[in-house]
Amino acid sequence: MKFLRFISAGLGAAALAASAHAAGGALHAHEPEGGWAFEGPVGELDMESVQRGYQVYREVCASCHSMRLLHYRNLGEPGGPFYDPEYPNANNNPLVKAFAAQDEILSTEPNDVGDYEYRPARTSDPFKSPYPNDAAARAANGGALPPDLSVITKARAGGASYVYSLMTGYPEEEAISTREIEVEAEEPAEGENGDEEADAESEGADGEGSAEVSPRTETQTVIDVAEMEALSHGDSHYEGELVQPVGQYYNPYMAGDASAQWQGDPRHTPPGGFLAMPPQLTDGRVSYLDGTEATVDQMARDVAAFLQWAGEPKQQQRKSTGLATMIYLAILAVLLWFSFHRIWRKVDH
Amino acid sequence: MSGHPSNYEPQTGFTKWLDTRLPIVRLAYDSVVDFPTPKNLNYWYTFGGILAVCLATQILTGIVLAMHYTPTVDGAFASVERIMRDVPYGWLIRYIHANGASMFFLAVYIHMFRGLYYGSYKAPREVLWILGCVIFLLMMGTAFLGYVLPWGQMSYHGANVITGLIGALPLVGEGIQSWLMGGPSIGNQTLQRFFSLHYLLPFMIAGVVILHIWALHVPGNNNPTGVEARKDPEGLKKDTVPFHPYYTVKDGFAIVVFLLIFATFVFYMPNVLGHADNYIEADPLVTPAYIVPEWYLLPFYAILRAITFDIGPIDAKLLGVIAMFGSIAILFVLPWLDTSKVRSMRYRPVARQFFFGFVVASLLLGWCGASNPDDPIIPMGSDKLVVSYTDANGNEATQTYEEYGAAASFRDQKLDEGVEASMAVDKAPAFRFVHLAQLMTLYYFAYFLVILPLLGLREKPKDEPTSIHKAVLGNDRAAPAPAE
Repeated sequence: MKFLRFISAGLGAAALAASAHAAGGALHAHEPEGGWAFEGPVGELDMESVQRGYQVYREVCASCHSMRLLHYRNLGEPGGPFYDPEYPNANNNPLVKAFAAQDEILSTEPNDVGDYEYRPARTSDPFKSPYPNDAAARAANGGALPPDLSVITKARAGGASYVYSLMTGYPEEEAISTREIEVEAEEPAEGENGDEEADAESEGADGEGSAEVSPRTETQTVIDVAEMEALSHGDSHYEGELVQPVGQYYNPYMAGDASAQWQGDPRHTPPGGFLAMPPQLTDGRVSYLDGTEATVDQMARDVAAFLQWAGEPKQQQRKSTGLATMIYLAILAVLLWFSFHRIWRKVDH
Repeated sequence: MSGHPSNYEPQTGFTKWLDTRLPIVRLAYDSVVDFPTPKNLNYWYTFGGILAVCLATQILTGIVLAMHYTPTVDGAFASVERIMRDVPYGWLIRYIHANGASMFFLAVYIHMFRGLYYGSYKAPREVLWILGCVIFLLMMGTAFLGYVLPWGQMSYHGANVITGLIGALPLVGEGIQSWLMGGPSIGNQTLQRFFSLHYLLPFMIAGVVILHIWALHVPGNNNPTGVEARKDPEGLKKDTVPFHPYYTVKDGFAIVVFLLIFATFVFYMPNVLGHADNYIEADPLVTPAYIVPEWYLLPFYAILRAITFDIGPIDAKLLGVIAMFGSIAILFVLPWLDTSKVRSMRYRPVARQFFFGFVVASLLLGWCGASNPDDPIIPMGSDKLVVSYTDANGNEATQTYEEYGAAASFRDQKLDEGVEASMAVDKAPAFRFVHLAQLMTLYYFAYFLVILPLLGLREKPKDEPTSIHKAVLGNDRAAPAPAE
């Protein structure tokens, strides 16, 4: 059928477009066992999981990550995790009000005597940010900026699966070891102390430069990637060690380049890179209010589901509107097809 | 506006009164009701109507988005997300607008390939074709400007790359670049003028579309046979049908099927055609690992990057820019490059093979544009390890290894001896994306500059049917000369 040809042309273009996102470097994010409830054209968010995810966010993520685009009221709006049909206006929802009131924020309006004071947050306020600005966030995190999580599932290839894979993808205990290495004392950095540098150079001229300075020992954290579960799938096999820089943590799902830290065959550098966030989830890190066992896998799943909702709070509405639209268009197409054949029945073409 | 005699007869008193003062109803009647249209148009000819729907959709959704958008570097990103979250059905309007751009280009590319295949650019339709090229150029400008507005990482860094390209042009480039940016770098002033221009250009497109339709209605539609509809009343009646209801219903059906595909993207994979990095707010200090344009610009991006060599005094960068703009500019002169008198490739079996090659080349260029130019497609041999060290005489020396173990122990041995030694990868030769892009770029230009001009002079086309009417009846060949 001629018509199939141009549909396939459309699909061809889509395939072409999809190839634009073949991101190199990091390990491909994978979904948890059993998949996501929200997948597919009729899939819906598992709201209990999203609610638990909010708890994980508050108790774990929120101490470093902001979610500036979210407001407390969003939690109680239709499609939100704490929506209650009894309170169509989320600002009246007592649960949402209570969540907001747990956070103290600096009022944006001065009080009667002109001072800015802390007050409990209201439902109309945006989620409390852990730091007053990006510079403060960097200062508190060794120079690294914890990204805002509002749209993180849309801002990373793989979406919720990326969040899940990252949170569960750190090297296992068995793969991590520490070792002491001797490092030659480095020459003082240029300009730090001119006299000392000159001294060191004159000593170097004697041919006994390093004898005067005692070698230091440094503790290195090393990851034996062959031990990592995440890297043992497929036909790639990595033999070697990654030396973790101080204050950085290896994760195969983090976009980056690990080659500078890789001790092994440079033709087979393991995927991923280093990030400043240490592994966050350990069994029992939160005590779920609904009694669910807080395993690492469960918490990673839940927080990813929460972020999936937060990235697009209207996704449920999108899918339901979509279904109605598709049905409408399909019926219209059938009617037009028959009208077309009726109108053209007497014309050779 | 059309070249055929008007058959409109006003029925009511009011329309009679109006017809003698402003014959607008007559114009509409002659253009979209009574307009004689070849009766053999296939579905490839429905993309004109589909494109009209795309333009209207973009303008309507765009006007609503502009009501909620904030064109400042501090507010743009958040305002787009506010549309998604707090504006009633804002998510729908924005997703339609964002995916609508992709659908617009999908349709326009099919429309253009159709024109290339059936020779719709040939006399007397040169002006029609050139106006189409103008629309295409305006569309690319509009899409680029629009992509900057959400102020994500790709918006900002993509804008940097594109304005940089214009800056590479000799003499006028830098002036145009700083005029576009509104200053020495991309900032708030750039975003504001891009917003203004993004609002302006679609109306210019709409204006050129009117000229495009006018230029279509003077010679009338081309058709899959490439044979003109006969002009005499009897022939015209046999070769054509009135536009309404025959083509309104056929276009209508095609438009609804197109909308089904459109809706699939909007509702079920709204972000699949965009880049995830554009949901990260623009940060001039952080450059994304790969800057790639939207899919519809990838073939041109591949041509730009394919030029990695200097020619004479022109360096590779400028040459790449020239090639990229040239690949679009060449379309404007296509009517005079193709020397064949036969329009439709149905009757040009050799040209048809080259045409399909051109389609494949365009798709492969898209693939190259999306890929890292240095990645191998077909590796030739395996990568080797090279250990460089200083030998006993103090000279640079190297040793090549296949196995990592042997290379590492040699390096360590040298290091133990107190000699400088390091290991590096010697990449095996390979057929890489940049090579594919160069080949396809060569084919792209050769198709227009060599194949079409020469083929028209040398090939032996098949016989064209004597009329559209004969063609649809299956008498595809000219009747044999009657026996004496």
